[in-house]
Amino acid sequence: MKERVTLDLSKLPLHGMGTASVTWWGTLAFMLIEGTGFVLVLAVYLYLMSLAAIWPIDAPKPDLLPGTLVTLILLASLVPNVLMSRWAEQQDLRKIRIGMVVMSLFGVAPLIVRIFEFPALGISWDANAYGSIVWTLLGLHTTHIMTDLVDTLVLAALMLTRHGNNARRFGDVQDNAMYWNFVVATWLPIYGCIYWIPRL
Amino acid sequence: MKANITGPDTRDTDLERSQLRAELAETWKTPRGLWGALATVDHKIIGRRYILTAFVFLALGGILAALMRIQLAQPEERLIGPDRYNQIFTMHGANMMFLFAVPVMEAMAVYLVPLMVGTRNIAFPRLNAFSYWIYLAGGALLWLSFALDMAPDVGWFAYVPLSGPQYGAGKRADIWAQMITFTELSALAVAVELVVTIFKQRAPGMTLDRIPVFVWAMLVTAFLVIMAMPAIMVASTSLILDRLVGTHFYNPAEGGDVLLWQHLFWFFGHPEVYIIFLPAAGMVSTMIEPFARRPAFGYLALVMALIATGILSFGLWVHHMFVAGLPRLGNSFFTASSMAIAIPAGIQIFCWLGTLWDGKPLFATPLLFIIGFIVTFVIGGLTGVMVASVPFDTQVHDTYFVVAHFHYVLIGGAVFPLLGAVHYWFPKITGRMMSETLGKWSFWLIFIGFNLTFFPMHILGLQGMPRRIYTYQPDMPWHGMNLFVSLSAIILVAGFLLFFLNAIRSARSGAAARDNPWDAPTLEWATASPPPSYNFARIPAVSSSHPLWNRSDILAVASGLRTDRRELVVTSLVTAEPQAREASPRNSIWPLWAAIATTVMLIWSIFSPWAVVWGSIPIAITLIGWFWPKGTPEDES
Amino acid sequence: MIRHATRLVCVVTPALLLAGCSGWQSALDAHGAPAMSLKQLIILIVAVCSVVWMLVMIALIIALSRNRRERPLPIAPQPSTQRRMTITIVAAVAATTVVISGFTVMSFFATRALGVTANDELTIKVRGLQWWWSVEYFGTSPEERFETANEIHIPVGRNVRLRLEGLDVIHSFWVPSLAGKQDLVPGRANELLIRAENPGTYRGQCAEFCGMQHAHMAFLVIAESEAEFDRWTSAQRQPAIQPSEEELAAGQHAFLAKPCAACHTVRGTTASGTTGPDLTHIGGRKYIAAGLFETTRGSLAAWIADPQTIKPGNNMPTVPLTPEELRAVSAYLASLK
Repeated sequence: MKERVTLDLSKLPLHGMGTASVTWWGTLAFMLIEGTGFVLVLAVYLYLMSLAAIWPIDAPKPDLLPGTLVTLILLASLVPNVLMSRWAEQQDLRKIRIGMVVMSLFGVAPLIVRIFEFPALGISWDANAYGSIVWTLLGLHTTHIMTDLVDTLVLAALMLTRHGNNARRFGDVQDNAMYWNFVVATWLPIYGCIYWIPRL
Repeated sequence: MKANITGPDTRDTDLERSQLRAELAETWKTPRGLWGALATVDHKIIGRRYILTAFVFLALGGILAALMRIQLAQPEERLIGPDRYNQIFTMHGANMMFLFAVPVMEAMAVYLVPLMVGTRNIAFPRLNAFSYWIYLAGGALLWLSFALDMAPDVGWFAYVPLSGPQYGAGKRADIWAQMITFTELSALAVAVELVVTIFKQRAPGMTLDRIPVFVWAMLVTAFLVIMAMPAIMVASTSLILDRLVGTHFYNPAEGGDVLLWQHLFWFFGHPEVYIIFLPAAGMVSTMIEPFARRPAFGYLALVMALIATGILSFGLWVHHMFVAGLPRLGNSFFTASSMAIAIPAGIQIFCWLGTLWDGKPLFATPLLFIIGFIVTFVIGGLTGVMVASVPFDTQVHDTYFVVAHFHYVLIGGAVFPLLGAVHYWFPKITGRMMSETLGKWSFWLIFIGFNLTFFPMHILGLQGMPRRIYTYQPDMPWHGMNLFVSLSAIILVAGFLLFFLNAIRSARSGAAARDNPWDAPTLEWATASPPPSYNFARIPAVSSSHPLWNRSDILAVASGLRTDRRELVVTSLVTAEPQAREASPRNSIWPLWAAIATTVMLIWSIFSPWAVVWGSIPIAITLIGWFWPKGTPEDES
Repeated sequence: MIRHATRLVCVVTPALLLAGCSGWQSALDAHGAPAMSLKQLIILIVAVCSVVWMLVMIALIIALSRNRRERPLPIAPQPSTQRRMTITIVAAVAATTVVISGFTVMSFFATRALGVTANDELTIKVRGLQWWWSVEYFGTSPEERFETANEIHIPVGRNVRLRLEGLDVIHSFWVPSLAGKQDLVPGRANELLIRAENPGTYRGQCAEFCGMQHAHMAFLVIAESEAEFDRWTSAQRQPAIQPSEEELAAGQHAFLAKPCAACHTVRGTTASGTTGPDLTHIGGRKYIAAGLFETTRGSLAAWIADPQTIKPGNNMPTVPLTPEELRAVSAYLASLK
């Protein structure tokens, strides 16, 4: 087939940021997958609750302290996270490097508290269906934090190397920040479910 | 960063045609040899692999079906014992759904969608490579377990408590659950690639209303995968937890619930049917154009029907549980929603009939398969309406009537269009035409064999023959019809053998294909058959929904892309305005390492929960290797 | 209307009608009120759907064989053609909507009718186990309670409420000639209303895959007159007869001395196991091993001698017996009418 050039693309940037980036859309799609998964697990929680005569089954109400502490840490982490996303947009490498280190610490902190959160549930996963579902909810979200923490750590290391100064990396930082917002956002309904629904 | 832009100008603007092709071929090539094959990220090579593997699983699943038909040909046949038979029908179902039907549709899309939207590779090509290896590992796991006589024997639906810790002895149900994890992981990965490819990598000017209907169908399908597959992941994971670490999700004695499994399974399982059917419907809408010699009638209606089907498919799952004892009047809601799905199906059928009516049909093999599809799929749709009725269903649920119904939907509704699609796109994929004579013979054998095999099953079901029985007593009045069905299956098998023979022969020595042998209107026909590694030397600039059916013989294209790095165009979501010249990743061996690490972890976790902890470390290492920048031009911005 | 539809079906799918007159386990051979109304519904829906299918096929044939002028190809349809096609398609979609709405309303009312309760009910408890059925009758006092297996007797013309209990895995209770099916789900209390209009023996079978011997999990529903039913129930309430002959006594002795008694109950003896079916009146039941063989001395002997070859995977072990013991035990069991 004969071709005729009707469009010149040479002026386009070599990398798209935000909605012009394929990784941004990919991150969004993976968030949709995980979000659906979380909604389903929450639905399982409510379903099992609707079948039970008393809820929680054979267990005290979960201890509020560690879970609330995790919630506060996660909410506090949103501040540097949003700031870092902004620095990435401004392509300010020095601030991003600091921000990545701070966010790495904010990734570790909730995991430390989480060690105390599992016993605070007051029931084992193999005691009954209530124990199974709260451990699963908490375990899933812990996995969620850990995967994002690994991602943050690797990216922080990367930003400290010569590869850091690259718009592509700044896009990665933004996507990582967006994902952390998602990690925090998914925690809130889980927190409400585990700690407050039994108290209603 | 600025230095990159002012660096050596390797843009394609002023290059001669042959030099442009040579430079692109060098940049996009897959090196020869084993290493090149393992490290490639070319969507065409991976797509071809995917399609071939899926057809191998189709053949294996077909052998299982033939074994079942031999066993059921006469009452109290002793050829296959109950234990093996239960493995066989479980394998047949799981294999056909998870290893053939879903992957083959996604595989066709992996190959075709980037070409049809006019881009050079699929989005996230390394993820694509990874998804294939994971799929292969999942299939190998299932079939190896079958070879070792430890295949799942709990049905493709694996209902608890039969699959639970108390009644599902050994590792059989765990293998089923982990096979699910493999196939869902790969299906989800491909779904993400497809969504992003279709959203962001369409050729400039391919606005939403110019997207080929098959691509629309794959977009809707990809969203169904994304929304439905997590349900089965949740289900299979909690089943493994029940079996491995003693949770009680499905144990009614400890507050769990048996029907929870069915809710989760069918919340996935019903959309699953449309994950298989919608791509087929899209293939029909796209293939009907060159053979009716008309644009498909009612583009908007066809696309809306796909979307409506996708949405409705999430509101039907309870119709698989009509006899499980849920509140009767609640069930009636699901009757209404299940019936309602007949409307978008009807719209599509009427639009296809309209297209054929106004057009001038060219009776090539693909069109024969489309006609066969309409004839059989309407039967499957109508029996679907029947089983959607609660009272009707109480008599036919879990009988051969349902077996007949869903084979009409899945073979008539999905495999027929798929076989048509193989004949249709074969020249593009291989550069050779399939034999029309053999194609027509195989069509008629498959069409006649299929109907003779499956239609009588409706009657067997009404006569009281339940599904999943390995034999039946001589005093049941079923043996005559079962023998008839088994004999008819020989015709069906012959048709498939002929199809495979035709495909293999044609791939070796078929007539050479032109770029556009069917005079079709979509972009994949604008490039060579088979397409070069970079798909298009220059990205097409689209200005109509049928870019190759414009009056002139000239294809409008865009220039200005670099040739020294893998570059493609990112366009805006709705209007497909060019936004960036984005890099597309180079070949990499890391996806294979990541897939191997994931496989080790998943199989290990059948035996020990600690596998999840220790097995994650190599996965993390391989993923870092995968994403760590290698200083190639693709990393520039 | 119904008769009209029936005639249509005769034309459309003669095979269906042929099928209708065969079988003692067939949805088309209805002998109970629920099954009869279901059969009418099935025939009506199948008839309407057959008409729909034929209309689509006619449209397809017309579309493919229409005489066409040669036109420069390919082009979009003329605006006037396009309008005509749009109207036709909209009409066809509207017709589809009407048909499926009709079906929805019909099945709604049919569902409601199936759930209606009546007064003169007999309640029977049916438990599904891998791979047989336990049946429990209550009577008016606890002494009238008795158990049997794989055979349910009901009086003709009375509503019978079955309380369905899943004990191990999910099973599904289905006697197509009398009613639609209903699952037995562990942890859930399900019920099913059946009714027989005509005396007869109706076969049923587990319809939900339940493991290795799902294929051999049949049962019988025997509908008989009220008098016969009363005679049967009072006979069932009696303990097993004491053996009068020497061989039968030897059989009873062996039965009680060997592991048989650990799993089976024979009322009136010390055998009180509950893992397997109650054998108090096994000799009077038509079949053994959940519909596998007719009950005879020979079939009992074959079954006891090697249950794992006859029904692989079932829960009955092979109990080592001498040939004499085997003969005596099977004779004894066959005598328990």
